[in-house]
Formats: sequence, C-alpha cells, structure tokens
Amino acid sequence: MTKNALVLFESMTLKRKDLLDISSLSHDEIIYIFEAAKIFKKVFTETNKKFSFLSGRTVCMLFIEPSTRTRLSFEIAAKRLSADVISVAPSTSSLVKGESLIDTVKTLEAMKTGFIVMRHPVSLAPDFLSRNCEAHVINGGDGNHAHPTQALLDGFSVYERTGSLKGLKVAIVGDIKHSRVARSGIELFTKMGSEVVLCGPPTLLPDDFSLYGIEMTFDLDSILPKLDVVNMLRIQLERQKGSLFPSIREYNKYFSLTKDRLKKCRKDVIVMHPGPINRGIEIDDFVADCENAIIEEQVTNGIAVRMAVFSLLCGKTLEDINKEK
Amino acid sequence: MKLCIKNGRVLDPASGLDKTACVNIEDGIIKSIGEAETADETIDAAGKLVLPGLIDLHVHFREPGREDQETIAGGCRIAAKSGYTSVVTMPNTNPPIDNQALVKFIKHEAEKSGLLNIFPAAAVSKGMKGEEISEMGELHTAGAVAFTDDGKPVSSSILMRRALEYSRMFDVPIMAHEEDHLLVDSGVINEGKVSASLGLRGIPNAAEEVMIARDVIIAGLSKGRLHVQHISSGGSVEIIRNAKKRGVKVTCETAPHYFSLTDEVVREKLALAKMNPPLRTEDDRIKIIEGLKDGTIDAIATDHAPHLMNEKRQEIEFAPNGIIGLETAVPLMITKLVKENGLSYNEVFAKVTCNPAKIIKIKKGEIKPGYDADIVIIDPEKKVIINDDFVASNCKNTPFMGAELFGSVECTILSGRITYKA
Ligand SMILES: [Zn+2]
Repeated sequence: MTKNALVLFESMTLKRKDLLDISSLSHDEIIYIFEAAKIFKKVFTETNKKFSFLSGRTVCMLFIEPSTRTRLSFEIAAKRLSADVISVAPSTSSLVKGESLIDTVKTLEAMKTGFIVMRHPVSLAPDFLSRNCEAHVINGGDGNHAHPTQALLDGFSVYERTGSLKGLKVAIVGDIKHSRVARSGIELFTKMGSEVVLCGPPTLLPDDFSLYGIEMTFDLDSILPKLDVVNMLRIQLERQKGSLFPSIREYNKYFSLTKDRLKKCRKDVIVMHPGPINRGIEIDDFVADCENAIIEEQVTNGIAVRMAVFSLLCGKTLEDINKEK
Repeated sequence: MKLCIKNGRVLDPASGLDKTACVNIEDGIIKSIGEAETADETIDAAGKLVLPGLIDLHVHFREPGREDQETIAGGCRIAAKSGYTSVVTMPNTNPPIDNQALVKFIKHEAEKSGLLNIFPAAAVSKGMKGEEISEMGELHTAGAVAFTDDGKPVSSSILMRRALEYSRMFDVPIMAHEEDHLLVDSGVINEGKVSASLGLRGIPNAAEEVMIARDVIIAGLSKGRLHVQHISSGGSVEIIRNAKKRGVKVTCETAPHYFSLTDEVVREKLALAKMNPPLRTEDDRIKIIEGLKDGTIDAIATDHAPHLMNEKRQEIEFAPNGIIGLETAVPLMITKLVKENGLSYNEVFAKVTCNPAKIIKIKKGEIKPGYDADIVIIDPEKKVIINDDFVASNCKNTPFMGAELFGSVECTILSGRITYKA
C-alpha cells in the first residue's frame, strides 16, 4: 500500500453496526482491517498491553454450535480491548429448551450486551438476528454460509507477506459445498483482486459457482504450478456416508496435499488450513510442518484481525489505534 | 331481488366477451347482459372491469387444527375481500380431511359465513399417510371435488396409479404436489446461484420435474385426470406441454409468486420468501409466463398459506414454508401479467374463472345468462400498497409487503349478494 493511501486511511472512520459476511464489506474496509490488524499483531505479540476501546462494554459469545478455537480467539481479542466477556454455551443455552433465538437475544439485550458474537449451525441466522436487535452482531460462522473473520484472517495472513492480494492465484481445495470458509474466502480474495480457483470432487463443488465466473476444476495436479496460495479445507469424515465421496483413501488420492504434490508447486507457495487439520487426509504431516505452511501463524493472526473487527465496529480510526499503542 | 351492474367493461374469459355493458341479475342468477333493466339496487361500474367471481384451486384455511393461523370463517372473509367467490381448500389440516364428516363440516362453515363457496379437496390417501387410497366415493358424495395429499407428494408410484384409476369412476382430478423427497435432500431454497452464495441447501428443479414426468406417464397409463399443483420450474412447463400434446389428461396451476419473484428476493426477505416449491430463477419465471400465455398452464392458484409471524421470525432453515396469497393475487395478475407482459384481461382471468371451474367441474366462472351471479368488480388502474393496513389476514407472511401494485378489488358479489365492497 502506498504512503498516500495510508494517510487517507489514517483518519477514516468506517462505522457499521454488524459484520455478517464479506460481501457487505467494502474493499477499503478490508484494507482498514488488515492495516489495523498489523498494529494489533505487533502489540499483541510483543507486549501485554490492553487497549481501552471496549472498556465497560459487554461482549456475549452466543455459540449455538460449539467451537473452542473460534470462541477463544474472539474472547482473547475482546479482552485485549478491555471488554467484559460472557459466554452462552449450547449446553447451557435456553435455545435447546425450545426458547426462540429472538427471545434469547431480547434477553441478552435487556442485560445491556453491546456485542453479540454468534456461531450458528444454520445459514443466515446472524442476518436474521441483526435485523431484530440493536447490539452489534458479529458472525462467527453460520451454517454453510459465511465465516467472515476466518476469511479476513486468511486474507491478512497472505497480505502481510505479499503486501497485496491483487493478481494472486488462490486455490481453495476440498468440500466447497459445505464450507462457509470457502464461501467467505471466495468473496474476500475476489474482492481484493485475486484469481480464485476451486478444486474438489463434483459432488462437493456446486456448479452454480461458475455462474459467478469462478474457475473450477476436479484436477488438483493441473493447477498446482500456477498457485500463489493454496487453502486446504477440512473434510468432514461423515460426508462419506452421504455418497459424496466413496472412501477416505480415494479422497486422499485425488485431493490431499502431499509432499509429492508440494514439489509441483512454486517454491514460495503459501499453504493455509483453517484448522483443525485431519493430518494425513487433506494434508500430510510433511506439508503441515513445512516452511510454506502458515497454519499456526493464522491462529495468531485470528486474534489481531478480530481485534481490528471490534475496533471497526465501534468506529475507531487507525489514528486512534496508533495513539493508544 | 334485482341487481344491475351498470356500464362496466364486462369480461367473460370463457366466451371472449369484452364490451361495455350492464349485467342484470335476478334472484342470484345472471339474467342478461346488455341494456340496464329496472332493479332494486344498481352498482355503477363505469371505468371498471366486471368479471366472473374468481376461483382459487388451492388455499389452506387451517381449520380444523390451526385456528390460531386462520379459520374457515376468517378465510372466507379474506377471499371475498380479494375478489374470490369460490375456493378449493386443501385437506392437510389436523386431522386431515379424509372422511365425509369433515368434508361436510367445511362446507357447513362456509355456508354459515355466507361469503364464499368452498369446494373441499379431500385426502388422496387415508390419513394422508401415502399408503392406501381414501374412500373417494364417499368423500365425493359428501362434496369433495378433488383428491390430494398436498403439502407432501404421493411418493409411491403404485398408489398414484391406483388413485388415478379409481378416481375415474367419479371423473374427479387427482391434484398432485410434486416433489421427490430424496432429491429435495433437506433443501431450503432453490438450488442455484443464490443457494450457492448463501450456503443454504438447494432444492433442484429436478426434484419437481422428475415427479411430474413420472405422474404424466402414470396418468397416460391409468387414463385418470391429473392436475399438477403449483408448478414453479421452466422444465415442469415443458413436460406438461409435451404430455398435453400426447393427449394425456393433465392440467396444471402455478401461483402468483412464481411469475412475480425469483430466488434473489431470499437475500432480502429471508423466511418470508420461503415456500415449497421454492422461488426459482428469472429463466424459470419467464418460462412460467410463457406457459401461461400459450395455455400450457391452465390455472393460477394462490396456495394461500397463513403462518404466524412468530413462526416466520426464525432462522430460515427452521421457519415453515408458505406465504399468504389471496389478497395480493389480483394486483399481481394485473401488474405482472397484463401490464408488464401484455397478456389480455381475458387471457389472465381465464386462469381464475372458467378454467378452474372446468377442472373441478362446477357450473361457475362465466358471465352468461343462467349462471350463478358470482361477480367481481376490479379497478385495474387504482394503485394498491401492500402494507399492514392493506393486509387484512390474521397472518401477514408475505414477501410482497411494501410493494406498490395496480389493481384494486372494488366489489365482490356471491349469488347476487354483495360480500365485499371497498
Ligand atoms: Zn403443495
């Protein structure tokens, strides 16, 4: 990013109520999040400093679908911004007792919750929620629809190495059909000027994505030499029962990123995985632990990006962040 | 008692009549069309359309079982307000309409209200379980005009064959809700560009089309009368067009939302745009309109399905299917078909008058001496805004909320009596 552009961003406020998906974010908002994440990452990894942006505000983790990794990442990010964090776990949630989502959220609002981070097993639940409550809603993953903070951290992980996502060739490999990580990733990388190619068996690769002009292939080997980034998705082993692929062995044969396949890639290819990894299935041990893989880095970046998202939603500028660091 | 409707543009889709005239009514029967005769009461219809009272082949009035959503009396009132004088109620109530007593109960409730003729459809299978055919003879005698397990398909092909064969004794149609459950595969909205980007499970056109293809073939084999309900896909139109060419006794209906909306509105309206079959693509919408133009699609039926807003205000995957349709039907037909697509009034209104009358074999749906004086008067140029005030239904579950449309129902007349006046 050029110096002039940065100056522009310095004082930009990008106030919005919710973060529901990538498609509603502008290119500039994404750059803002990346630049803010850069600062937060430096402070976070080098010091114990807390920012004051969420001081006195309550962030509720409404995780209707369990997820330890994402919840922890949001929690740490919120605490680093001095928020009070409460958690509603699925087992203690009244939702399992038949209370509607609307009623649960009305209760949370009555308790003066400023932010709701929601993970939900069905698509569009956060969109529906955001229309029915005053609190800021952050989508922590809904059904197969969207996982915007994951896409932002994936994008940021590449951005901090390359300085720009423009013109990069990015492959997303695996179960595209059932993946919110894939959907948000497609939107983010496309919006930032990368060229996305999707790869997986036809049963897990909806034809309809071609209507958006996205390249698709069943042949992983054919695309490897051209890639700047390869994002391997986690395969849900139970999909095999629905005849979506015949066996793990066969899936592995066509779509696993192995040592041999890595050799066909460019030397500086970036290998990503949203975790948790099925070692030996979508990615083998050698690849998971090699220089090109930035899987642990992604976890650290997740916290920085989520801090940036919270700051964006409460209207903080890069100037504000720089002032406090 | 004599009533005269003066100076309206009288339209009779069955005969193609389209002229300014007076309709003279005596003792609930149409006496003549032409010059005004002396009457006890006159209605001035100058500048308005005078049409046969509308007939809807597909409504859900929820009684018995879900009177909190809609009652028969309430449904009758909404239908009259919407220009309808006759409707076919679906039997998927709780309990389902699979015995004589329930058929008579529904007819009795409608008679009590005095606002609407109800012609009930009864279940095609006992208890709507899809296992054994219902007592069609008894049900028909009680007043059932068709058989259907609407809300779900007849998945068993042999049951469909038997139903289409047995119903020939009474010359009544089997109305079929067509979907292959295995291909639906827990889908929520149409499978396509929108489902791909929203990550909602898709329902492919094929789920509807394979069942229609199966049933027109079985109808050919059994020589029964098949009526395909609420078709939504372009492929369905094509299959029925071919079957008709081959001489299969098949008719079909679509609903106003399938020629008005596409799955793109799901992004904005969420569960309010959720129904079964789902809203399809623009390509399908155009093919549905072509099917209406060339006569492949015989009828427009609303599939009026009241749901409480609380039930719709849930995650889209959990919300029930269906939207209300009666009150928006006339404005949508006039705006989307006449004004936007150039169909004539007679072409459009044949789908809600004489054609459905023929399908269920009732002597209605025409403005002709000797016919029941079921009439609707419509102002086609008057704007209506679909909002909370306009929607009189107990349930307001419609994706058209906020729309501005043309075509206002001004007066509805049932057997010579006014049942609604704007
Ligand atoms: Zn149906």
